[in-house]
Amino acid sequence: MTTTLANRRRPTRAGGPEEGRPARRNGSSSSRPGFVWALPATIFFGLFALVPLIAVAVLSFTTWRGLGDPKFVGLKNWESLFQDPVMLQSLWLSLLFIVLGIVTQTPLSILLGVWAAGTQKNRAILSAIYFVPLLLSSAAISVLWRALLDPNFGIPGQMSWLFGDGNVLGTQTGAIAVLIFVGMWQFTPFHTLIYQGAAKQIPPVLYQAASIDGAGTVRQFFSITLPQLKNSIITSVILMVVGGLTTFETVLILTNGGPGTSTTITAFHMYQEAFRRFDFGAGSAIALVLVIISTAISFAVVRVSGYDKMRSSLEGL
Amino acid sequence: MKTRPNYLAGIGAFIWLAIVAVPLYVMLSATFQTRAEFGDNGPLSLPTSFTLQNYVDAITSGFGRYFFNTVIVTVGVVGLVLLLVPPLSYAIVRSQSRAASVIFRVFLLGLAIPAQAVIVPVFYLINTVGLYDNLLGVILPTAAFALPICTIILSGTMRDITPELYEAMAMDGATPARSFLRLVLPLSKGGLSTIAVFSALQAWNGFLFPLILTQSESTRVVTLGLFNFQTQFGINIPGLLAAVTLSMVPVLLAYLFARRALVQGLMGAGGK
Repeated sequence: MTTTLANRRRPTRAGGPEEGRPARRNGSSSSRPGFVWALPATIFFGLFALVPLIAVAVLSFTTWRGLGDPKFVGLKNWESLFQDPVMLQSLWLSLLFIVLGIVTQTPLSILLGVWAAGTQKNRAILSAIYFVPLLLSSAAISVLWRALLDPNFGIPGQMSWLFGDGNVLGTQTGAIAVLIFVGMWQFTPFHTLIYQGAAKQIPPVLYQAASIDGAGTVRQFFSITLPQLKNSIITSVILMVVGGLTTFETVLILTNGGPGTSTTITAFHMYQEAFRRFDFGAGSAIALVLVIISTAISFAVVRVSGYDKMRSSLEGL
Repeated sequence: MKTRPNYLAGIGAFIWLAIVAVPLYVMLSATFQTRAEFGDNGPLSLPTSFTLQNYVDAITSGFGRYFFNTVIVTVGVVGLVLLLVPPLSYAIVRSQSRAASVIFRVFLLGLAIPAQAVIVPVFYLINTVGLYDNLLGVILPTAAFALPICTIILSGTMRDITPELYEAMAMDGATPARSFLRLVLPLSKGGLSTIAVFSALQAWNGFLFPLILTQSESTRVVTLGLFNFQTQFGINIPGLLAAVTLSMVPVLLAYLFARRALVQGLMGAGGK
């Protein structure tokens, strides 16, 4: 998320207010706030987010079981981390979750977003309903779906032609499918919102020109809408990667990492190591892996797509 | 925009509407049925009777207390955000010091820090200062993690105030504090309500911090209550769904009355 916003705003905004307005440098500076105004929030944020980020790196080289003080143990946590089969499996599962999440949510949310960016009246009401899942807590959504999918009292019992014996969460494939579907149910509205906002900003003149040239709706979609949405697709994919890596509540409540360890993705494994086995050193190492991977992927997507060099998709218009 | 209606997308949109709406309908209809009736008829059938007993059960099984706790956490988080973010955004938008632009970048980077990544040190910190199992211990980190996005939203609003207005204030000899109170705050009302609604939503729906940082029933928040209810009484589906419905009511009310602010906040979260 950071990279997107940072890169999007840097050219115009993050450079600070002084850029581009040199004329006002002298004279009025006494009426401008000093950086002291920013200090309370910065200190507060530093205390709960930045210092812990450094602390988690330090803790990953210690052993701490919740009592007393952490003891330095060198690379021990890291060595056992890379020999832990559940950890290695969890990385593959996280990758699978991210890929499946992107593949299922992106096309759907682009279509819905472009559709919702239109102007007809019923769209406003429909999109109001679409956004409801976005407002609900992951906990409420997971509890709801767990109840709906209950083998005895839920929907599978009534639709055995689709669900077989009804114990959807009892197999690895079923459990993964449910988690992907619930993720889709919960987050498609959010990504739809991103695409809706972006689609609204595509200049109508592009479509008018295309119509004159004889391009149909489908052609217009692929030749105008999709290229114009490139920035949003990148933003949305990065958010899905980071979101997918840190999915936690859904797994805890819907599958508890199971059956067995078959849906134990990395974020959930971290929770188990730290707060169920009280091995905070090992938990910290996994947490650091999460941070490194999510930052690296975000940077990679930005690099590969050339997003950082692109100021506006409207250049040349 | 497009002049021709797009039937294909329209059909897709209606299918998705069903996927979103049917589970919500099943949830609501289940909460008005007795357990026996729900068990006999199954979730997809139309209700034949009406009872409010499930809601009574949910409230008496502790959700009254959980709601109270969640309200405290939400008010605390919104209060802290409204106290900390406006001066910060003001400095980011108007300060000429290098430090302010560095700080803005720090907050942009802060967006990428997932709560999971720092939960162990935060647990250590909260334990050390003696706030474990205390609602204040939930409020502080929840507010801290709401800061980056709220700062980006609010500084966006504050940038829209034209420089001429600041200059006029400066001409009158206004100090930064006076400009802040008389000019910036009144003209940022839209952004302020967006960050208030948005941070309230995050606090209301928060799960990880309460899960790790509280323990006893007296500090339990609604989301944890749902999780707990499910592990203990998972078989009582109508009761469980009544609790889920109750947890959603305040958010849906907020959505009805502050839809603009919410959607703007969420769009801000998406970068555009």
